[in-house]
Amino acid sequence: MIEVTLDRVSKQFGGAKGVENVDIRIKPGEFFTFLGPSGCGKTTTLRMIAGFYYPSDGRILFGDRDVTNMPPNKRNTGMVFQNYALFPHMTVFENIAFGLQVRKKSKAEIRDKVTRAQKLVHLDGYGDRRIDQLSGGQQQRVALARALVIEPNILLLDEPLSNLDAKLREETRQEIKRLQLELGITTIYVTHDQSEAMSMSDRIMVMKDGVVQQIGTPHDIYNRPVNQFVASFIGESNLWEGTVEQAGGDEIRVRLTPDLVLTGLAVNASPECRLAAGQKVTLSVRPEAIHEAGAAEQGGENAITAKVVLSEFTGVSMNYIAQTGPLAVKAMFVGQGHRMRERDETIRFIVPRESIYFVG
Amino acid sequence: MNKPQLTPPPVRQTGRWTSITTSPNFVYVLIAPLFLILLAYVIYPFFQTFLQSVKLDGALSLKNYAKFFSLEHTSNLEALWTSVYISVLSVLTCGIVGVAMAFLLERYEFPGRKLLSVLVLVPMALPPLIGVLSFEFLYGSSGIIPRGLQHLLHLEKPPFTLKGIWGVLVVHTFTMYTYFYMTASSAIKGLDPSLEEAAANLGAGRLTIWRRVILPMLTPAIVAASLLVFMISMASYTAPLIFGIERTMTMQIYLSRTNGDLDMAATQSTLLSIVSILFLILMRWYQSARNYQNMSKGVSVHRTEVKSKAGQYVSMVLSFLGVLILMLPILVIVLLAFSEDGKWTTQVLPPSYTLDHFKDLFTDSKTWRPIANSFKMSIAATIGNLIFGVAAAYAIVRMNFKGKTLLDILIMLPWALPGTVVAVNLITAFSEPNVFSFGQVLIGSFWILPLAYFVRHLPLIFRSTSSTLMQTDRSVEEAARNLGASWWYTFRRVVFPMALSGILAGTLLALVEGIGEFVASILLYTNRTTPVSVEIFQRMYAFEFGTACAYGVLQIVMIILVLYVSRKLTGGNAGSAI
Repeated sequence: MIEVTLDRVSKQFGGAKGVENVDIRIKPGEFFTFLGPSGCGKTTTLRMIAGFYYPSDGRILFGDRDVTNMPPNKRNTGMVFQNYALFPHMTVFENIAFGLQVRKKSKAEIRDKVTRAQKLVHLDGYGDRRIDQLSGGQQQRVALARALVIEPNILLLDEPLSNLDAKLREETRQEIKRLQLELGITTIYVTHDQSEAMSMSDRIMVMKDGVVQQIGTPHDIYNRPVNQFVASFIGESNLWEGTVEQAGGDEIRVRLTPDLVLTGLAVNASPECRLAAGQKVTLSVRPEAIHEAGAAEQGGENAITAKVVLSEFTGVSMNYIAQTGPLAVKAMFVGQGHRMRERDETIRFIVPRESIYFVG
Repeated sequence: MNKPQLTPPPVRQTGRWTSITTSPNFVYVLIAPLFLILLAYVIYPFFQTFLQSVKLDGALSLKNYAKFFSLEHTSNLEALWTSVYISVLSVLTCGIVGVAMAFLLERYEFPGRKLLSVLVLVPMALPPLIGVLSFEFLYGSSGIIPRGLQHLLHLEKPPFTLKGIWGVLVVHTFTMYTYFYMTASSAIKGLDPSLEEAAANLGAGRLTIWRRVILPMLTPAIVAASLLVFMISMASYTAPLIFGIERTMTMQIYLSRTNGDLDMAATQSTLLSIVSILFLILMRWYQSARNYQNMSKGVSVHRTEVKSKAGQYVSMVLSFLGVLILMLPILVIVLLAFSEDGKWTTQVLPPSYTLDHFKDLFTDSKTWRPIANSFKMSIAATIGNLIFGVAAAYAIVRMNFKGKTLLDILIMLPWALPGTVVAVNLITAFSEPNVFSFGQVLIGSFWILPLAYFVRHLPLIFRSTSSTLMQTDRSVEEAARNLGASWWYTFRRVVFPMALSGILAGTLLALVEGIGEFVASILLYTNRTTPVSVEIFQRMYAFEFGTACAYGVLQIVMIILVLYVSRKLTGGNAGSAI
């Protein structure tokens, strides 16, 4: 277990910027995820930690050792590549043993460790197979075993699940998390899949265009997104623009349309957001937080009457897109024993005041 | 690794050496030797030849060029003209034969197709000198076929003989149509039949489909092959030599050199090089535009079956003739290898046969010497090619540096230069001691021929290695580095084994090409280091046909073996090595 620090790291490629001013401290044993759309700089950051790129600016520390310009083979990190990068001319056993041979371990020790690693990823008995005789999921596990067997300081995973089909992805995801917890190894995970990131990580760094947007626990990122990008990238969200009518107290009143005013709580505001009367503001409301208005609540606080544009039944939930004036409302009802509304029917929603988050 | 570690293994120390190797400029330290070798053995000799051509008595002058283009002594201009028109005609005949063969074999199913499609590449197995000689034996003025016909039909003279420019053209067609055949047949294989179906579905007739769909899609392949054949015809030396056409550029260079007019030889070489280099540039430029190949999967070429009885009969006869024509050159060499020296005079076929030539090849020290020489010199050259080719391929495919395109072009340059020119360049550069020859006079020494082979076959291993490297994934190397392997360890354990098939294929090819090399050898050899090909030439002139052909059979067997092995190694992707 080791701490990883990126001290104001930047990387430019020629004139183009790769990543800008990444400043993070990853705790020993933490499962840390870089999340963002393609081209956001997450893989570049990971490759700087692995040593395949050197930062243009800033420092990288493993523990308190500066590794900024250390070549990749001296860093003792274990990396799982997106396409696995297994050695096609070697067997499963030879692939896993490669890192140990580099470290000049004895034959007996190598045999022992490789066998244990194969067990760990449920590939016992596959040692003599050639790589092209394995399925995608098995190749994935060889890559994982190869990275773990060298007892790396840090495990680096570069979109390891993106080449697997949906069912296998779920299984492998849980498998990786189980191994990480068992071994207690500091892990950095790169993905563009927000549900992967949410379910596995201790903390997530959301990136866009080479710039860090937010760092926080999955809970923070989901419930308290710092800006519109994070709110829309992580899960579904209603993003409504309005004007602050009344601020100062615990409650904030915002006018969205001439005849719709919502009330939220002042504590649910992003640090980037200034709440003062007359100020433009964006509200984020998760669809599943919205519920149908009961008979008593109609016309009360934060009630919206809207016309259904689209309704879909997914099995788990009922999803609506409804329209009220210029405003589109996305809502999701899970197991509420609710009657399915058809297109053009009228539906009444309540937006609970504690579910409103001001993203600025 | 099952238990969480309490104390992590320390991250390894970085030394001063690694801080040098991680510098972004370190790559230039690695590629500098490559450029140095090219400078010493390609550019410098080339430049020396150029200098000699523009210098007269120590002063700059264009007199040599004036002489070349003068209208009083037109032999040089005639030679240039003959070379060009032989080359143009060769492109036409090779194109017609090659493309027609490709279409017949790829699009029609007829009796004998399978055999023919294997034998169609036979001309590639003929070493240049042996190929020309076999034609002389078969169709020449005292050739087997003309004499046989004369005998059979009781004529006064042979009905036809192959000689002069026609001889050169026929030999060029036979040996070079394969370039058209290979590019055209791979283009036809790449044609998606659904494109023709789509055109038909849109209402196009058979002719329109040909004109608007098939031919345009084949154009890139045909143009590329035309440029290649033109270049090789311009460089052709053996065919004019054997058929006695003195007025070609290569022959003129040879004659100037043997007459001791080195200034003129340099001038002619420079001009021929300029033509070749222009064509190389044209080809490279054109290659960027040549990709019409379909990426659709699972399509197979649909072969039209020849169904009618008459059609089947005709096609059977024609394929039999085709097989015969393709096999005859090899058969005649094999036959003559068993004939007794000096006994074959006016008969149709050699009258008496013996196994002695093959025994002598390996037992008589006089006949064994050239084989040993060729092996020694070719192995020396190939070791150099191997190291240079693999390093250059790795640098070009995997590294980023300024001057990459330049390196690429410089490596391909010797391939475009005619062998005669390479020899003249080496003569001008290394008949005096200099830095690049380590203060030695190389002309007349053992090392001049290996050097010539090295330069001529520079691109072979480079090309086959870089094409296998391009197919391997770069992240595999990164994975090895990540697991702690140093750059050198990664190269040894990962890069080299993965590229091994390509490296081996190229190495074997360079080796046999070196053993069969004739064009540069004839200008550079010394009596102590006569190579096989020159020995064949000399035996021919001493009327020892049997021994000459026994050498030829040995060469053919080796080439066929190498072609077979490299096909196995590269999975049928033999084009990568050519």
